[in-house]
Amino acid sequence: MAEWFQDNGLLLGLALLDGLSSAGLIFLVAVGLNLVFGVLRIINVAHGSLYAIGAYSAASIGIFLASIGLPGWASIPALVVSAALVGAVLGPLIERLLLRRIYGQEEVVQLLVTFALFMILEDVQKLVWGVQPIHHDTAMTLLGTIDIPFAGDVIPFTNYQLFMLPGFAIVTLVGLAWFLRRTLTGRVIVAVTTDREAATAMGIDAARIYLLTFSFGAALAALGGALSSPTAALVPGIGAQTIVLSFAVVATAGLGQIEGAALTSLMMGLGRSIAVYFEPELEVVVPYIIMVLVLLVRPQGLFGVAETRRV
Amino acid sequence: MSEVLLQATGLRLAFGGVRAADGIDLGVMKGEFLAIIGPNGAGKTTFINMTTGYLRPQAGDITYEGRRITGMAPRAIVKLGIARSFQLPQLFLEHTVEQNLALAVASRDGIWSPLAPLLRPRYREEARDLLERFGLTGVADARADALNEGARKLADIAMAVALKPRLLLMDEPTSGVAASEKMQVVETLARVLRDAAVTAVFVEHDMDVVERFADRVAVWSQGRIAALGPPQEVLSDPAVQRDVIGIERHA
Amino acid sequence: MSGPDHRSANPPREASLRGDPGTGRGGLDRPRHPMRKIEPVLAILLAAALIAAAIAAPWLRFVLTIALAKGIAVLGIMLLLRAGQVSFGHALYVAFGAYIVAFLAPKLNDAVVLLAVAAVGAGLLGLVIGLFVTRYRQIFFGMLNLAMSMVFYSLLEKLYHITKGSDGIRVEIPPVAGQVLDRVAYEWTIFGIALGLALVLGLLLRLYLASPMGEALAGIKTRETRLEFMGVPARGVLLSAYVISAVVGGIGGALIAMTSRHVTPLLAYWTGSGELVFIAILGGAGGVLGPFLGAAAYELVRVYAAASFADAWQLILGSVLLLVILFAPGGLWGMAARAIGGRGR
Repeated sequence: MAEWFQDNGLLLGLALLDGLSSAGLIFLVAVGLNLVFGVLRIINVAHGSLYAIGAYSAASIGIFLASIGLPGWASIPALVVSAALVGAVLGPLIERLLLRRIYGQEEVVQLLVTFALFMILEDVQKLVWGVQPIHHDTAMTLLGTIDIPFAGDVIPFTNYQLFMLPGFAIVTLVGLAWFLRRTLTGRVIVAVTTDREAATAMGIDAARIYLLTFSFGAALAALGGALSSPTAALVPGIGAQTIVLSFAVVATAGLGQIEGAALTSLMMGLGRSIAVYFEPELEVVVPYIIMVLVLLVRPQGLFGVAETRRV
Repeated sequence: MSEVLLQATGLRLAFGGVRAADGIDLGVMKGEFLAIIGPNGAGKTTFINMTTGYLRPQAGDITYEGRRITGMAPRAIVKLGIARSFQLPQLFLEHTVEQNLALAVASRDGIWSPLAPLLRPRYREEARDLLERFGLTGVADARADALNEGARKLADIAMAVALKPRLLLMDEPTSGVAASEKMQVVETLARVLRDAAVTAVFVEHDMDVVERFADRVAVWSQGRIAALGPPQEVLSDPAVQRDVIGIERHA
Repeated sequence: MSGPDHRSANPPREASLRGDPGTGRGGLDRPRHPMRKIEPVLAILLAAALIAAAIAAPWLRFVLTIALAKGIAVLGIMLLLRAGQVSFGHALYVAFGAYIVAFLAPKLNDAVVLLAVAAVGAGLLGLVIGLFVTRYRQIFFGMLNLAMSMVFYSLLEKLYHITKGSDGIRVEIPPVAGQVLDRVAYEWTIFGIALGLALVLGLLLRLYLASPMGEALAGIKTRETRLEFMGVPARGVLLSAYVISAVVGGIGGALIAMTSRHVTPLLAYWTGSGELVFIAILGGAGGVLGPFLGAAAYELVRVYAAASFADAWQLILGSVLLLVILFAPGGLWGMAARAIGGRGR
């Protein structure tokens, strides 16, 4: 054991740091998906596309800002601005034009409408940004790296990935928990999630809550994408990859669960990056193995509430 | 009325702090109609749920025809001849009423049978016959989700009867049935059950129905049986009148 | 619980037993009887049309064989939809059947044997996975299927030394029932086998759906509890349908492999599963013809869109799907029913 640690300590340290930062990204996307599902009862297959569009928009805005001569640090707030833009423009557009028509319909219909949207957005993204990789990492390089002592070694790691990504995730988690528990709108959202019939019977303006929640969820997906954009080149297909991972997180966490999504994201982020360093073949499989194991033990998900039907 | 068909002994079940069954001892005699009355939340439905395998008691035993059935799955219990109807009708909403009934009839033979498809005309005929007896012929081809509450309730009971049980447990069979039709419906039901020699246990809120059709009445109160006996005796008991019927009449 | 309460004033007339007549919603209704009766006639007409099209335009033969293969796989999706369950992972069985053909073609070297092995293999895999996933419903069912297919996809992609990764594996033309065929004869033969299987499997599933077991399967969608209280093991019913869906998925996949003669991990990717559900809804989940109508329409639109707008075929397909769901909720089958019977909803 000690010997293994001697040999692999550095790798393990790297895996943990990587896992932490990717868990942050996963959480941002998955929590948006989970929130939307909790309130609208629709699994949004196109959620991954919003992530991709958020990423591309952030890169484009960053490149544009640099081209008009703004200093590099401007690309950091640009990440958040582009996410907000995607949420504010695409969110209401999709909710009003599409989702509003299918509330209360069969699950398969809802799933397919968002699947159609996914197909459309995938091509729109290709038409707008092309298929060549786009890379804009000013935000990451600007913040520099830090040397982290670990197991007798020193790991150089980017400040961006170490602080920004988990930082945003934690701020989102805490902010969201506060918002849902302490504000009126938040409590209404929770009420709709737990008992929609009672909530609408109490005269809650469901249409407004749906619009708000969906747009916010879209913004979170876009934020995940925007924050990821400096860390890797953007290529077609990142949306499709992201959404399946988010599905796994949501099903594992329990539907509508915020803290569950955080814990699950952490497990999957760490599990995946440990796999990357030690058993790369397993990287993509790890989240699903975690999901299957969790659902074997808790069929309603980690934090999900089991329903007993009254007869 | 001598032979015990179903015997519950010391049944206990609590949800959180609520004692839905707090030591239930009850014997159901072969051939009788036993009414269960009591205020909401007294544990009447819980008793049916435990007897039919939907809930497992935390303590106590249920025997049926001398055989222990405690904790068995609903499916296995049905096969022994115990059927139930529901407070909230449980119909296949996208099937027609006739298809609902035909499926219940077919399930008696076991749906895995490779002959089942060939027997479909027979199932349908028996379903038609049941619908006729329950006065549902007019809606045989309507989808179950297009029925009003009273008709749903009847169809729900007909589904249970289609299984040809020896013991039938009914959870509020007349709730949702129009007041003007109620007596007629129960009359029909009683005739069908007597003809088939079915023993019946039913939860009921209408004291007129209880008085007219029950052989015995069990009064539920906070998970216990507060009184048990012939209707005339039990319903005239001042304590029962105050605690149960008083509440019922207000409800 | 819909429908107004009619209990108060109405005398005990039969008419009073009906609630609100307008409660039918959504497009996944079962077909009415008149439609069901002419289904075999339509099937024969459709088969004749396919043959005519394949003769008239040789390049269509390839497209239509793929359409038939996908239609067969979609039969399984339709079965699960009957139970109200959406699998977002059935590309797994299609890919499994296809890779069985790719791996075993050099050894077994006969298309008929390969088809049989693919069907049995996919069925066994379906049984193992089904024992697990049929414990779950709705979104969990869908996501677990998705997870399984993604695990398989990753294995195909990563285990390069076995699967050649994303390069995929080429399939040589195998003999059919002992006969060594040239390319054109082979393609015609596979087209014929696909068409024959489509007719036979369609007929079998039609009988299955009309049997008490099929009715019970549909009962899972609306009142699973009642099934248990009728002594019917709901999970067993769903599992049997799941295994059937895996078998037809495997057959569809094997046919795809024999037609395209090149298999890649992309067959198992989740978008492939989405495509199967897409076809089911496009066709309309009414009768067993729906999947084939849907598959033919899907493949034709895809081929034309890809030829005319190379960068936007997904956009076009997605838009078609949206239009169908929003404006023709019964799918192509529903449109056909309306045109023929004049009494669609």
